[in-house]
Amino acid sequence: MSELRGVIVSHAAVAQALAAAVTAITGIEGALTPVSNEGCGTEALGLRLRDAVGTGPAVLFVDLPGGSCFTSSARYAKQGGTDIAVVTGVNLAMLLDFVFHRDISPAEAARRAVDAGAKAIRVTP
Amino acid sequence: MTLALYRIDDRLIHGQVVVGWGQPLHVSFIVLVDNEVSNSDWEQDLYRMGVPPQIEVIFSSVEQAAERFATWQADPRVGILLVGDVDTAVALASHVPQVRRFNVGGVHHRSGRTERLRFVYLTDDEAAKLRALAARGVEVTAQDVPTARAVPIGEFT
Repeated sequence: MSELRGVIVSHAAVAQALAAAVTAITGIEGALTPVSNEGCGTEALGLRLRDAVGTGPAVLFVDLPGGSCFTSSARYAKQGGTDIAVVTGVNLAMLLDFVFHRDISPAEAARRAVDAGAKAIRVTP
Repeated sequence: MTLALYRIDDRLIHGQVVVGWGQPLHVSFIVLVDNEVSNSDWEQDLYRMGVPPQIEVIFSSVEQAAERFATWQADPRVGILLVGDVDTAVALASHVPQVRRFNVGGVHHRSGRTERLRFVYLTDDEAAKLRALAARGVEVTAQDVPTARAVPIGEFT
């Protein structure tokens, strides 16, 4: 199985910052492609997603479970013609887990990401 | 209260609408007037996911809007009406003459459009249609978020 591509889709520069943080922590480059919705309507954001995803299987990590990043990602995953999973509520912990587990299906990777991301959200006593 | 904002935004329901405008206006319902979305259960589910459960989302075609507008106007709650493009705004204003203002909140770059404001790109035809709306007495301004200045139509068309 080819390695999955991860695409981070966010408002403003959140995606770029998360991708840079993953590289800074792991040294892994190129596993994650940031996409911002800055200045984009629906059509333009769809084109950015197409360029970022390419032809292979992918997981789209979206910042919020609603809004233009989410609707464009969900629409692209449905219509894009390739194997794509969408995860919302992206955080650094799930991305760090993802870059080390990219030899599985998008659906499996998405489940792993949700698990890893949720485990990182805690209240420290 | 009634419909507090009539907005043209090609992203339809998204953060600026739900949070940026929805919070300060205390919005309880959003009317999305779009012929395509009104015919797609899947698209409607998608847009509902971006809205907290206490806010009702109503989907409507332009023609249905003409029939239902009085009900929305009479609603004691505060609402926002959204359309996705200039043509739908013009069609709605034709079907529903009670629509007397539009906020251009986001019309983004596409082939043939030129930048009028950071968040408003229009073809010459779209700009002319907005001016024609204004000439009929519809107040047209551009404003992406409530804290920004409402830019009069003469400054961006």
